[in-house]
Amino acid sequence: MHPQEEIKKLEKSIEQITDIARKFNLDFYNMYFEICPADIIYSFGSYGMPTRFSHWTFGKAYHKMKTQYDYNLSRIYEMVINSDPCYAFLLEGNSLVQNKMVIAHVLAHCDFFKNNYYFNRTSRKMVESMSVAADRIRGYEFKFGRDKVESFLDAVISLQENIDSERHIDPGEGKKKKYKNKGHSCREQTCSGDKCCQGSCHRDTHRQSDSGQSTPYDDLWNLDKRECDGKCDEAEDEVKRIPEQPEKDLLLFMMNYGRDLQDWQRDVISIIREEMLYFWPQMQTKIMNEGWATYWHMRIMREMDLTEDEAVEFAKTHSGVIQPSKYQINPYYLGLKMYEDIEKRWDNPTDEEKEKYGRPGGEGKQKIFEVRETENDLSFIRNYLTRELVEEYDLYLYKKIGYDWKVSDKDWEKVRDGLVINLYNCGLPYIVVEDGDFGKRGEIYLRHVHEGSDLDVYYLERTLPHVYKVWGRAVHMETIVDGKKVLFTFNGDKTSKKFI
Amino acid sequence: MSGEYTVSREDWSLHRKGEIDRERHREKVREAIKKNLADVVSEESIILSDGRKVVKVPIRSLEEYHFRFDSGKRKHGGQGQGDTKEGDVLGSDQRQAGPGKGKGAGEEPGVDYYEAEITIDELAQLIFEDLGLPNLQPKKKHELASEAFEFKDIRKKGISSNIDRKRTILEALKRNARQGRPDSKKITKEDLRFKTWDITYKYESNAVVLAMMDTSGSMGPYEKYIARSFFFWMVRFLRTKYQNVQIVFLAHHVEARETTEEEFFTKGASGGTRCSSVYKLALEIIESRYSPDDYNIYAFHFSDGDNLTSDNEKCVSYVKELLQLCNLVGYGEIEGPYYHTSTLRTALKKIVDLKFTSVGIKGKSDVYPALKTFFNPHPENKAQ
Repeated sequence: MHPQEEIKKLEKSIEQITDIARKFNLDFYNMYFEICPADIIYSFGSYGMPTRFSHWTFGKAYHKMKTQYDYNLSRIYEMVINSDPCYAFLLEGNSLVQNKMVIAHVLAHCDFFKNNYYFNRTSRKMVESMSVAADRIRGYEFKFGRDKVESFLDAVISLQENIDSERHIDPGEGKKKKYKNKGHSCREQTCSGDKCCQGSCHRDTHRQSDSGQSTPYDDLWNLDKRECDGKCDEAEDEVKRIPEQPEKDLLLFMMNYGRDLQDWQRDVISIIREEMLYFWPQMQTKIMNEGWATYWHMRIMREMDLTEDEAVEFAKTHSGVIQPSKYQINPYYLGLKMYEDIEKRWDNPTDEEKEKYGRPGGEGKQKIFEVRETENDLSFIRNYLTRELVEEYDLYLYKKIGYDWKVSDKDWEKVRDGLVINLYNCGLPYIVVEDGDFGKRGEIYLRHVHEGSDLDVYYLERTLPHVYKVWGRAVHMETIVDGKKVLFTFNGDKTSKKFI
Repeated sequence: MSGEYTVSREDWSLHRKGEIDRERHREKVREAIKKNLADVVSEESIILSDGRKVVKVPIRSLEEYHFRFDSGKRKHGGQGQGDTKEGDVLGSDQRQAGPGKGKGAGEEPGVDYYEAEITIDELAQLIFEDLGLPNLQPKKKHELASEAFEFKDIRKKGISSNIDRKRTILEALKRNARQGRPDSKKITKEDLRFKTWDITYKYESNAVVLAMMDTSGSMGPYEKYIARSFFFWMVRFLRTKYQNVQIVFLAHHVEARETTEEEFFTKGASGGTRCSSVYKLALEIIESRYSPDDYNIYAFHFSDGDNLTSDNEKCVSYVKELLQLCNLVGYGEIEGPYYHTSTLRTALKKIVDLKFTSVGIKGKSDVYPALKTFFNPHPENKAQ
């Protein structure tokens, strides 16, 4: 087909699909479609953005994707970017039906980007920002040498996941005051068992005595008291601690407090951090976002007049996308099934649901739009993965026993909770800066907030030198390995560990 | 509803960022391989590659380290076909299924170390960069030829990558001058000049290498594997760098015999050990076929050192004889991972001769240093 003719046909389809999507109340930005050859899509896919800076790790990802494509192992049909207008790249060589499906899919992604709560702070101008940042980094390479910039990028990239996407909720100013108060109250009071120094539980104690009666939450207030026990004296010394509260955003902390950083290095940290903050919501909503797009490409395609051949081809492509996998949860599949299930349950509630939750029925569509607006993967699974779904789709948890990967849980609640645990913090360890002046030697003390899962020690030992590279002084990391508290230290030369 | 979407197709042929970063990644892979040659050299996947051209070598140093969970200690979610039960085995981790088993990245969680694909030739180039035959001396008969390409001919036809730009422009200028124009306008087809090459031979001295391997019962699969990986690279190295080097393969237990190359690398044997047998055979072969006047002679022997005690003295004297005839005699003793009782190396330690080198090999990563020690083109400045 002549390229111009192909574009004409595409334009017609887009118009048609856009109309249907609007009738379904999808709400998206203006769309910018671009047809690209495979290696360009793979390059965008490995960088996450067409305009991002250069780094060998992207080259590695690109090589992997391209090889898989060349050997016919996998294929991406599209790539879509959270921006306004929304950029979508279609693979050259897609058939018209494939493109129709992709366009419908992409519109739903764009609706998700525009309306899901977790995206409302992402910059919609990231295409331009990343391009400008890439120019700056190229400039640094000219000025300071490629190897120097590259090795600093290596270090920062290895820590890029250690940011805090929710930091805007309490950026720290408020905490500062609270914390100082705590210091004062400490000096004024003696801490003895039931009287507590910490500002927050101080208030709680009041609340309790105000009402004068016990509440079902007493055990919780008491927990706080116990933790405060005997720590008062230390608290006085801790007043000047940096950071004042444990800081989850390692990059932000090091950018602000790293003593030996040069301006260009701070800029590099801030670039990586901003880009990661932009990508974070996509990591947080993978199941929801892909499920939503799959749900809508199905609904929209059903409204299209497809010939028999086209219908068969669509069915093939679609079933390729929702193929289940024994080692992973396929987000396209699970997400789709969950939206369908929610819609069904809110359309036809059981008598119990009608009575208990006051669901009148017929609210399926409204409900899934509400879900797409307010949830992320973690709450989506926690709130809407039902026993019926787990059992019908044969979901399970598995783990390693000896050399084998064995199915460990089939009980639906355990499966649901296991999936939720793995979604916490996008499946990444929660690490905080405890002290930026450890031992008064300017060393950095990190702590892994252990919530049941041990860290990969091999990786841990090799990541600490990257922290050192950025911080410039010894790095300590506290974690728990096999139930024992361990402190890893990298002093610029070698890693050591000791039990604490 | 116009104006709300745009479709376009642009020319992306100049977008090369992915390719450029891919090239940078490749560069880093090569650097990493070079740094880890000692580990790479004795990778099973290479030694047992059955003539495959491309091999995969694991490269840990190019992993992108970050703080992550130990996937072996976590539970993961998956989806079955409908009848999965607790306790079902989904798969097993091949990497740990036993020592010496082939490595393979699986799709299960946590297995994501990077495997670089590299051709054996490319790898050989990296390995052989610093190797050479030591003490190579001029001999009467010059047979050891290495190919050399020389660009010395200029022709009017050729392949476009070989265009001689300078001569082409000169031709264009001349033609224009002939036609009365002082400058050159367009380069025409007849102006084109191509360089072309001749193959010449650079003659070097003859060399013969005697590869001697202990195949007795005490040489377990591990010891044989080590010896064979040394000889594998040795043979490749000699054939890559030198045209006509001759290699003689000798295997021994109590008795020694000459074998074909294939037998040498594949066949096992058993029985006791008498190392002197192979030295004796080597001396006989040199005497009948390779005169030291015509040949540079190298002898390498690999054994676990578990020799008959009564035989050791004989070995020492044969090795001394060999040293009279050879440019270099190398002895590699493989110290098994479990126990090691050397008798031979202790005995050979008595020999003090610059042309005698012995190395102990404790593990797979010692194969490369052994190669470097034996094929050090300048043994006078021993850097290792």
